[in-house]
Amino acid sequence: MAVDTLLERITDYANRPDPYPLYAELREAGVARQTDGSYLVGGYYDIVALFHNPRLSSDRRNRAGTYSGLPADEEEPRPFIRLDDPEHRRLRSLATRPFGPPHSPGRIDAMRDEITRITDELIESLQGRTRVDVVDDFAYPLPVSVICRLLGVPREDEPTFREWSNAIIDSGDIRPGEDLGTSQRAGNQARAQMGRYLVDLAEQRRGRPGDDMLSAFVNDPDPSGGLTREELAATAVLLLVAGHETTVNLITNGVLTLLRHPDQLARLRHEPDLLPGAVEELLRYEPPVHLLERIPLTHVDVAGTTIPKGVPVLLVLASGNRDPKRFRDPDRFDPTRRDNQHLGFGSGIHICYGAPLARVEAQIALGALLPHLTTATLVEDPPPYRNSAVLRGPRHLPIELAPSP
Amino acid sequence: MPGPGDLREGPIVIVGASLAGLRAAEALRERGFTGSLTVVGDEPHPPYDRPPLSKQVLLGVSAADTTGLPMRRDPDADWRLGVRATGLDPVGRQVLLADGESLPYDRLLIATGTRARPWPRPEQAALDGVFTLRTRDDAGCLAERLAAGPRRVLVIGAGFTGSEIASACRERGIEVTVAERGTAPLVGALGGTLARFAAGLQRAHGVDLRCGVTVTALCGNDGGRFTGADLSDGSHIDADVCVIAMGAVRNVEWLADSGLAAGPHGVACDAGCRAFDMYGIVTDDVFVAGDVSRFPHPLFDYQMLSLEHWGNAVAQAEVAAHNMISSGPPRRPHLAVPVFWSSQFGVNIKSVGVPTYSDQVVIAQGSLSERRLVAVYGYRGRITAAVTVNMAKWLEYYQGLIEAAAPFPPAPGAADGHPLVTEFALPSDVPDPRGLSHGPTVALTGHLPDRRLTVVRAAG
Repeated sequence: MAVDTLLERITDYANRPDPYPLYAELREAGVARQTDGSYLVGGYYDIVALFHNPRLSSDRRNRAGTYSGLPADEEEPRPFIRLDDPEHRRLRSLATRPFGPPHSPGRIDAMRDEITRITDELIESLQGRTRVDVVDDFAYPLPVSVICRLLGVPREDEPTFREWSNAIIDSGDIRPGEDLGTSQRAGNQARAQMGRYLVDLAEQRRGRPGDDMLSAFVNDPDPSGGLTREELAATAVLLLVAGHETTVNLITNGVLTLLRHPDQLARLRHEPDLLPGAVEELLRYEPPVHLLERIPLTHVDVAGTTIPKGVPVLLVLASGNRDPKRFRDPDRFDPTRRDNQHLGFGSGIHICYGAPLARVEAQIALGALLPHLTTATLVEDPPPYRNSAVLRGPRHLPIELAPSP
Repeated sequence: MPGPGDLREGPIVIVGASLAGLRAAEALRERGFTGSLTVVGDEPHPPYDRPPLSKQVLLGVSAADTTGLPMRRDPDADWRLGVRATGLDPVGRQVLLADGESLPYDRLLIATGTRARPWPRPEQAALDGVFTLRTRDDAGCLAERLAAGPRRVLVIGAGFTGSEIASACRERGIEVTVAERGTAPLVGALGGTLARFAAGLQRAHGVDLRCGVTVTALCGNDGGRFTGADLSDGSHIDADVCVIAMGAVRNVEWLADSGLAAGPHGVACDAGCRAFDMYGIVTDDVFVAGDVSRFPHPLFDYQMLSLEHWGNAVAQAEVAAHNMISSGPPRRPHLAVPVFWSSQFGVNIKSVGVPTYSDQVVIAQGSLSERRLVAVYGYRGRITAAVTVNMAKWLEYYQGLIEAAAPFPPAPGAADGHPLVTEFALPSDVPDPRGLSHGPTVALTGHLPDRRLTVVRAAG
């Protein structure tokens, strides 16, 4: 009986602060069929196998029937995370041209100084304060500034796209038993508005390129013809939203985890070389993305269960990350963990496009915060969480700082 | 727990100071070996990585002397570099060195690898401008010659090394002719279907590819400089540089009188990397790892595999090291599924399993025309290998199918808009390794007995 309601319990807001016991239950069950017919998969090796299985689709149009608790799919045009090859590959490759190798190999590395500068300014603004909300005062503005700079979006438009962004995140959440029509209409509207806004910005730069990615999209046409206006809108919306909503959670979850592990915090402060490993461990231990959906195109066997064609499979990445069959002592936060091939960025052809940027941001952000966290205390533990069970992280993280001497 | 005659004490000798030798030395220390450790290498250089030699080094992107292998830990070894092992006395447990010294051992690891197969006529091979590519020094000299801007390079042999050399030349804008005795490039490693694809790729990049021909003579001028070559079809190629890429020869000659099962296909060993003697009896104190080894693999009917793969050298070295300091049940088998990769002509080729262990092949994802594909190989109705071209992220899935001995051909239905399998499986068209002038990257040598031998040892 419990198995039938596992998804409902995972998505129940009351369990947001600690879904991990539910994930342990899921791994115990192997593959868990839900009341709406969808399946949950929580074992590390099963998730990895499904990520690499070419018979699993990322395109929700391949869903059979309706699944009430899952987001519908009326997005048009689709961002590449919701498409399969060859369309996925074409769009992702075009989006990669101004972002990473092979065409822009040093792009993210070259942003280190700028990210450090933005971080230092934010740290500066905290000086003298004894109470800080890590989310509003630091973890949210940092990635927003970075993605704005990278895409070429005016930082002062943040309040506008913050609303759109919230509506888009909300429409992608999973809430079994609820009618999602309203939030999905709002999400589609927000996507359309944000798309128009970003295309307009890009068009202003046609023929007058800056060094930002929107400029590159309209001024560096691929031999294949580049992005259409609709594709540009979908891609830019995806990059803007995914480019900050996940990193906020990564940084905030990082601060929360470190404050809960003062010994590790002290160690990191004295051994900053451990920071990259600590960020990897955070991506395993408290990942920003907890769930991803895939659709089987044929019957697919997973851990002894046959999942029928067209029935959604929810891959619970955060559960795989704590699978004792894969990670020794998985519920332990260990920044020096060596064998740490986590699912924090997914795996397979859809593996997180922004991972290199997220890593750099989190390393710089946590590195800069460390000296201030040594004397900090959590005001609330657990803190209030954001609604989403898919993109999980604190809505606020109030901390008390010791007054400067 | 180690008992009396503690296996954690030495001395241990490793012959071979390349990837397998280094990784084994590190692993011995990681696993608690405290005895004396000596590593013998015939080259004067500390261990270095070879994959970049035919790629970044020839492109002029990296210098040949910058490919040193990082040490994961100091293996605290006595390095005997620049000296060749010349013999093995398995009864007296001594390795004989070219400088006259002999090294006593409790346990020995043979990791002598391979060397480039030389051009068979020494006076022609000695012409200025004729190269092989196996060592760091080879790569440095060849890179220098390519940087000087030759009018044309002749590459003899279109296996992976030859094809990568040709690719580097084209990327540098150098005219190149490739002479291949087989029907197409890479045929020895990948079989006929992908070999035809590779041929198209080379020609599309401007390679003058000649297949089904052999080079009958390398020609030089009075000054001893290479000027060109005669081919078996009666044609002649004018070129300034010639690279002999006819595969590798296993470094086993020093074991000739050792009584070990060592021959042209390598040193045979069991699944635990313990060397066999020539009577098929497993030794307790002599282990083998890397390119020089020849070992049984359960996924391929326990045929004796010889692999020239980076990943195999690493995995086998770790198993060998573990077993060298373990006795009885804790010993582990070397069961890694073979994996190798290559980059050439703008594509990334990755392989899992053993493509030559096949009778049929299908294109399971992508297509030849897109230059993105997954070819899946089957043998007698089960999947034995997969090769991806620019689609490496799917490889893991097919590795699972190989490990599970899944039926061939794979079921249809991939999410990339193509039929998952071509309508009919094609013959994989894998050549008999005996017919190739350069060895295939994978040699299944179990059914190719090289020779019959008897050695009569004096009693006592």
